[in-house]
Amino acid sequence: MNGPSTKRPYWRQHWLGLLLVVGVLLAVPFVAALGGQAWVRIANFAILYVFLALGLNIVVGYAGLLDLGYVAFYAVGAYCYALLASPHFGIHLPFWVILPCGAALACLFGVLLGAPTLKLRGDYLAIVTLGFGEIIRIFMNNLNAPINITNGAQGITLIDPVRIGDFSFARTSTFFGISISGPQKYYFLLVALAVLVIVVNIRLQNSRIGRAWQAIREDEVAAKACGINTRNIKLLAFAMGASFGGIAGGVFAAMQGFVSPESFSLMESITILAMVVLGGMGHIPGVILGAILLTGLPEALRYGIEPLQQAVFGRMIIDPESLRMLVFGLALVLVMRFRPAGLWPSSLRRRELAEATD
Amino acid sequence: MAEQQTLLAAHEVAKHFGGVKALHDVSLTIHRGEIYGLIGPNGAGKTTFFNCLTGLYRNESGHFLFDGVRLEADAPHKAAEVGIARTFQNIRLFGNMTALENVMVGRHLRTRAGVFGAISRNSATRGEEAAIARRADELLHYVGIQERAHDYARHLSYGDQRRLEIARALATEPKLLALDEPAAGMNGTETEALRVLVEGIRRDGVTVLLIEHDVKLVMGLCDRVAVLDYGEKICEDVPAVVQKDPRVIEAYLGG
Repeated sequence: MNGPSTKRPYWRQHWLGLLLVVGVLLAVPFVAALGGQAWVRIANFAILYVFLALGLNIVVGYAGLLDLGYVAFYAVGAYCYALLASPHFGIHLPFWVILPCGAALACLFGVLLGAPTLKLRGDYLAIVTLGFGEIIRIFMNNLNAPINITNGAQGITLIDPVRIGDFSFARTSTFFGISISGPQKYYFLLVALAVLVIVVNIRLQNSRIGRAWQAIREDEVAAKACGINTRNIKLLAFAMGASFGGIAGGVFAAMQGFVSPESFSLMESITILAMVVLGGMGHIPGVILGAILLTGLPEALRYGIEPLQQAVFGRMIIDPESLRMLVFGLALVLVMRFRPAGLWPSSLRRRELAEATD
Repeated sequence: MAEQQTLLAAHEVAKHFGGVKALHDVSLTIHRGEIYGLIGPNGAGKTTFFNCLTGLYRNESGHFLFDGVRLEADAPHKAAEVGIARTFQNIRLFGNMTALENVMVGRHLRTRAGVFGAISRNSATRGEEAAIARRADELLHYVGIQERAHDYARHLSYGDQRRLEIARALATEPKLLALDEPAAGMNGTETEALRVLVEGIRRDGVTVLLIEHDVKLVMGLCDRVAVLDYGEKICEDVPAVVQKDPRVIEAYLGG
């Protein structure tokens, strides 16, 4: 094998950097725990969003399909877990059975949505997916009558935590004298899943399928003329993104122990999309950065603004919640103005945008 | 040339845009192994014919028989699959992919690796990837732009972009290569090099359908020529006869 694909493996070129990343990833839950378990939960959400954003990155970043209803697949996965592991129906399946079910179900929904709509382009597709996201949420909200399936707006409570045999992720346990809390366990589970989705992203990018996606993004007519069945290849991106959404939903349900339609609003879809766009579409480190920033910053603001206002003005002038949205919006505008390709774009995306503005 | 075998037969293909008849019952036959020229004044329907043939347009009536199989309308990837590859009048490369990657995309059709292969990167997939890259490299050599393999397609010179488009089309292993004005905008030397390339492609067993404005190139290169005017075929014969046909002279010089 002397093709251009034979080069030194990535981990051997960058072993020092990777070692550093592993060290930081190991330290995070323990450092965060010093500030209270709440910070561990925030770290967990950051990783969960990394996972979600990288799932969406396959659809938006690679295949170039604007999906504004991604949260629908997240909801499908979450409800799948909630219904199959809670007293609501009295079913208690183990998580490793449900998680693939949730992924498969979300994938099915992805295909159901994609098959009739992927002929649409750009804005039109965005509107259809937006509608789909809302439909799923409204279904979850209203499927409590005549047969109570989703328990309506009250949501489903007392969802089983992730459990492997007797080892439960809800309790604190001690390993070799180190005590690890429930959220810290979830942290490691989420990191493992995130590594999985990163590997999938990287490997897809440099594959026959990844090239086909890029070709479609560059010139759909030429891609067709090259013999690419663009509808199927786009559908594949949609289905893959949806499956990852489904897995994330399952973990979310287990971690929270509670799901309700409120968690799956349009705002959520937009936030995940913003992570991808803000970080740098199609560029894995960029998307990770975007997800961590957009989860971490609002939390930091939540905890930082109140004392800051107290110190400067002596009283609360602006409600932290509304200021959070203000800062979030401003950040989006600034990034799009000054770094249109994202905070940490791939060199490719920079070229595409440079070409578009030429 | 005797005992010729039909590769492509167009039967009364018609296409109109609103009230404009772009193609009016055009029938023609292309033999295996020939270089077939399609000429005509601007707006005569040459590119429309190409787009119907390659499934980008749906023709209202008529059909194409390719290698004995009836082509499905409106299915460009299927046209590519049965062995029709094309280039575009206004070059359509994947600009932000390297020359090599462009040709690798052309191999999509003749390779199989799916999502699971890509993720697991098993030995079959790795072997296939290496074969794709190797074949793409060969094709870049074949069209003579191997030294630009790792440059982005949009940084290539005009002539090289034309060549790259041909390499990408050849990567799909076509039986018929349809070239839409490949010499447009080329200077004399480049056109001559193109002529040599197209003759080489034919020698290697690929039938060529050529749309061209450069009458000298067409007459020197093609075995047979069809002339379109206002969407109708007015003449089909060997170049020497076509050149003398009064209707052709009328179409080009008159009205």
